[in-house]
Amino acid sequence: MLLMLVLIAMPAFTYSFAEKTVDPTGATTGTISDVTAKTAGQPTITEVAETAGHNKIAINMSWVLITGFLVMFMQVGFAMVEGGLTRAKNSAHTFAMNFLIYPLGMIGFFICGFAFMFGGVGPLGTLGGFDGLNHEFAINLFGHSFGLIGTKGFLLNNVYDVGVFALFLFQMVFMDTTATIPTGAMAERWKFSSFFIYGLAVGTIIYPIYGNWVWGGGWLSQLGHNFGLGHGHVDFAGSSVVHLTGGVLAFVGAKMLGPRLGKYNKDGSSNAIPGHNIPFAVLGSFVLAFGWFGFNAGSTLAGGDLRMSIVAVNTMIASATGALASTLYMWLFKTKKPDVSMMCNGLLAGLVAITAPCAFVTVQSAALIGLIAGILVIEVALFVENKLKVDDPVGAIAVHGANGLFGCLALGLFADGTYGDGLNGVAGGVKGLFYGDSGQFVAELIGVSANIIYVGILGWIVFKLINKIVGNRVSAEVELAGLDIPEMGAEGYSGMKMDKNAETPLSH
Amino acid sequence: MKKIEAIIRTSKFEELKRALREIGIEFFSYWDATGVGNEIKKGELAYRGTVYDTSFIPRQLLTIVVRDQNLKKTIDCIRKTARTGVIGDGKIFVTEVLESYRIRNDDEGDASLHNIGEE
Repeated sequence: MLLMLVLIAMPAFTYSFAEKTVDPTGATTGTISDVTAKTAGQPTITEVAETAGHNKIAINMSWVLITGFLVMFMQVGFAMVEGGLTRAKNSAHTFAMNFLIYPLGMIGFFICGFAFMFGGVGPLGTLGGFDGLNHEFAINLFGHSFGLIGTKGFLLNNVYDVGVFALFLFQMVFMDTTATIPTGAMAERWKFSSFFIYGLAVGTIIYPIYGNWVWGGGWLSQLGHNFGLGHGHVDFAGSSVVHLTGGVLAFVGAKMLGPRLGKYNKDGSSNAIPGHNIPFAVLGSFVLAFGWFGFNAGSTLAGGDLRMSIVAVNTMIASATGALASTLYMWLFKTKKPDVSMMCNGLLAGLVAITAPCAFVTVQSAALIGLIAGILVIEVALFVENKLKVDDPVGAIAVHGANGLFGCLALGLFADGTYGDGLNGVAGGVKGLFYGDSGQFVAELIGVSANIIYVGILGWIVFKLINKIVGNRVSAEVELAGLDIPEMGAEGYSGMKMDKNAETPLSH
Repeated sequence: MKKIEAIIRTSKFEELKRALREIGIEFFSYWDATGVGNEIKKGELAYRGTVYDTSFIPRQLLTIVVRDQNLKKTIDCIRKTARTGVIGDGKIFVTEVLESYRIRNDDEGDASLHNIGEE
């Protein structure tokens, strides 16, 4: 009884001594007394300015972290899309790859990936201005310096700074997006031990070096400053850095592994190998589209950069036109069915294609870019399957490779010149070919070519080396039985009836 | 005693079950069956740009053991209920059953196939 009385009386007691009354509307919360000052309630102009500066960075950092968390959630989307579009007998294996790439890639990026990529990026403008990431290894060619690789920040050593850590988190989840793309194209036949080594290689070396060239102050970003080619190779959120890299790795890996058993007949025609859970693929695509708001809008790296609303709307519009274009293209011109997995691929294709140009183009251009992407993804998926005879169960090469490439070129064509003043040390907005700057388009061409050559060759070497060490592909026996038990020791759907014979078409 | 094995369309199963109950056939076993047959459906399946057919036809297989006196009405009921007139309606096979025992008690033969006092 006494305790109850105390509890009831306590709030009243507290309020009577509080400096501030309750504020249910929020209108009076946050006042001059909240500005940190020597004399409470009477801050000097310096104290006001310091609080303003601190708040600006706080807004930026909150934005970068929250959007980074969204991008991390995209790992769920990838797992669902790739797991859903492959067969039940391989589901534990496919999901395990999508899961383990997260810690594997992250540790690789922590050990040396981040240092290679951002070790020479210079002051972190929107995240507090820390200047410890200041050494870029460069070579001199044609009288200009070509930055190749960063060298500060191994194991995040000597960069004990809040801004660097925010950047690390944001860039780490981007790297993991790249790393998880090939697991789809190479699914259902890739040895887990080979995948394990690949996961470290992509986070430590393959991704960070190209990333350095574009985002870490390396030579591709300086093409504008050094050679007058627009703003250099511009890639706002990663059509080339993230998606083209993943797509090229997926192509090289899937090509080297060879098609799944039963995929192709003797005459070269292909068989359908339906995924075991289309609803997973649909939900996963939605998860990815949600995470993509973090991916693109977060790439302002500044919560105070209000261009973010345009970025976000461009992103969603391109995803819509991409999904509709691919659906109608299949429905009217291809198999006469609104193919569910292709409509998912179309949505993702629109998102991948708008990733580079999202901050630089008008929303009308974004709609057009998404529309082209939705058709491109189908044509490329069918071309890869029927002409190149590369078996890609989920369409990763078409979605990320082809549209990553297209996205960068689209930036070089459609950038309208309203945004990007001072980017990569070049004054004025980023302008594409259609708005009068052919140099920008050339820079994009050089950027994607460099990606294909560098990632293609290094990826090929890495997969060849891994093949020498542990072998890339499981035995035919394991593949027919399903990878779950031989490779992982557990079935994805233990206790459920499954027709393993019906899951592999017979080649004829 | 006769054993009736009927392969019918999966879509007709619930209807047939109800019809059999109405004529007093209340006990039977059934399985999901997969077969190969005359049914031709071209271009029914499309996945990632490939239009294809499977040779697998899903059907329902019913096994009904009846007393001789119930044979004809059971057959008639199945044909009437499960027929659509389109290729793929299925088939009925009848074989002789030599012996029959109820496990719960000592009933044998016809007595083991129905509850005394009921049809």
